[in-house]
Amino acid sequence: MIQTASTAARLTASGGIRTLQFDASTPLQLSSGAMLSPLTVAFETYGHLNAEKTNAILVCHALTGDQFVAGPNPVTGRPAWWPRIVGPGRPIDTNRFYVICANVLGGCMGTTGPSSIASDGQPYGLRFPVITVADIVRAQAMLIEALEIPSLFMVIGGSIGGMQALQWASAYPKRVFACASIASAARHSAQNIAFYEVGRQAIMADPDWRGGEYQAQGVRPAKGLAVARMAAHITYLSEQSLRRKFDRQLQGREKFSFGFDADFQIESYLRHQGSSFVDRFDANSYLYITRAVDYFDLASDFGGTLANAFQGSSTKYCVFAFSSDWHYPPEDNRQIVRALIAAGAEASYVEVETDKGHDAFLLEEAAFEAALTGFIDSAALSRGLGPGGEQR
Amino acid sequence: MALVEPLHAANALYAQNASKAPADHSVIASMVADRAKVLDVGCGDGALLQLLARERSVKGRGMELSQAGVNACVSKGLSVVQGDADRDLSDYPDDSFDYVILSKTIQAVRHPRAVLKQLARIGERVIVSFPNFGHWKVRSQLFLSGRMPNTPNLPNRWCETENLHLCTVRDFAELARELHLTVDRAVPISGGQAGAPFAATLWRANWFAEEAVFLLARN
Repeated sequence: MIQTASTAARLTASGGIRTLQFDASTPLQLSSGAMLSPLTVAFETYGHLNAEKTNAILVCHALTGDQFVAGPNPVTGRPAWWPRIVGPGRPIDTNRFYVICANVLGGCMGTTGPSSIASDGQPYGLRFPVITVADIVRAQAMLIEALEIPSLFMVIGGSIGGMQALQWASAYPKRVFACASIASAARHSAQNIAFYEVGRQAIMADPDWRGGEYQAQGVRPAKGLAVARMAAHITYLSEQSLRRKFDRQLQGREKFSFGFDADFQIESYLRHQGSSFVDRFDANSYLYITRAVDYFDLASDFGGTLANAFQGSSTKYCVFAFSSDWHYPPEDNRQIVRALIAAGAEASYVEVETDKGHDAFLLEEAAFEAALTGFIDSAALSRGLGPGGEQR
Repeated sequence: MALVEPLHAANALYAQNASKAPADHSVIASMVADRAKVLDVGCGDGALLQLLARERSVKGRGMELSQAGVNACVSKGLSVVQGDADRDLSDYPDDSFDYVILSKTIQAVRHPRAVLKQLARIGERVIVSFPNFGHWKVRSQLFLSGRMPNTPNLPNRWCETENLHLCTVRDFAELARELHLTVDRAVPISGGQAGAPFAATLWRANWFAEEAVFLLARN
């Protein structure tokens, strides 16, 4: 049970979604200069906070993830998205750590986003302000403050969750004991901006997008959002894994249809990825979150020198990359490591050999899990955390 | 001053460290000052970094090529970066470490001269250990059998070894001189212990040291 002493925030729960609602006196200051108020942050927790409040781990989710990192999502019915990593006896052991995961700002699982209702009683739609990764992290920091956790044992995330983890360590160095960035980058590359732009254009080209006001008009740009998801999903896989899983195999037929049905298994797979996605994700959220990631370039806040983002940091870092990831390739991750080295930070870098591409961090990958477990356990040891999460 | 420490003096110096760890590790530990900042390039499973943390309370960092080695190090709580000495040393700023260590790795890099230059840029002092190809057993194997030598220090066949640039004690001393590095100490190792018979000079060490550890400083 969580208690908060903050009078400016109120805990609520409905339909299986737990939220912290900040009142109008506590607005979120955005990077653009705009203020967002009132702010609601939806979050989930697993495990128990110890008496000294030293065993909290914040997990940052990726683009289309949610706060249900270790348990089923009661809204969509989908299972936990990171069960291999978070849970009892897992690398992030919920018998030892208090795990917090918040839906990102701009998201659509309870945290304030473009589908939230604005003060005029209508959904924000495109009136929602453009946000950044720093804004996403600032909203998380407000949550952690309201939960009265002075410092996190660890912030961890994969993909754009890794960006959030790096932003956390850079913006709040005293409040992050350890930081794990997985398959991520300190800046979004031109290639990734390009893929995101294809996705956004697909959404906005759907006649049912209605200039972003589809919600008020009772329709959904499902086709556009599905195409956006299909294009992005390709970047999460690798050429090798596509060949291994699908190659040129036909879907439920012996011969070509000589038409435009999903003849190939890979087409059928992508169509399924697209159509199942639209049931659980909001198109405008997709626009806003991808834009936030496009804008992410951690070095730009530090005179263009990434090392300055980590100067004087006493946080322990571990950066993980996957050899076949072309979304955030090893070179992008090494750039983070180089900056950490230049800043003299305590940093490790693990490059996992795999053909599973970017999504490897969500899949079974023994070498990754072993290294992550080692990093977490050794950091817990130096934080003085016992096997049951007790402070020694 | 004799550059190379003869057997009896060296034995007395390192006797307390002569337990299980590889002989060059205890010699290296004896060369490192307490609480120094140390980078171990090619740190393997992190055994040397652990020894240095334990006995010298160093602030240690490592670089290792193999994923198995990096995983082992990260599990031990060491800060180790997966990287290649031939490629990634340029990431480190000038003078960012008190000591940079290359333990039995120089013979396996592509460009030993460039790597040594990088080490001397990054660290105030550089410690290098390597198998000595000038040892009398190596020389005699090659001389008598006409085949590439195999010794406990050179266990793999010529076609299976990772070693690319084997050298002798004198070769290495010459390279250090070319790079304007001073040899502060040179410790021969034989029979798994610091010191070697008759090794009072580099010339003699080149015959009788199975391995050697050099402590270098910039001129």
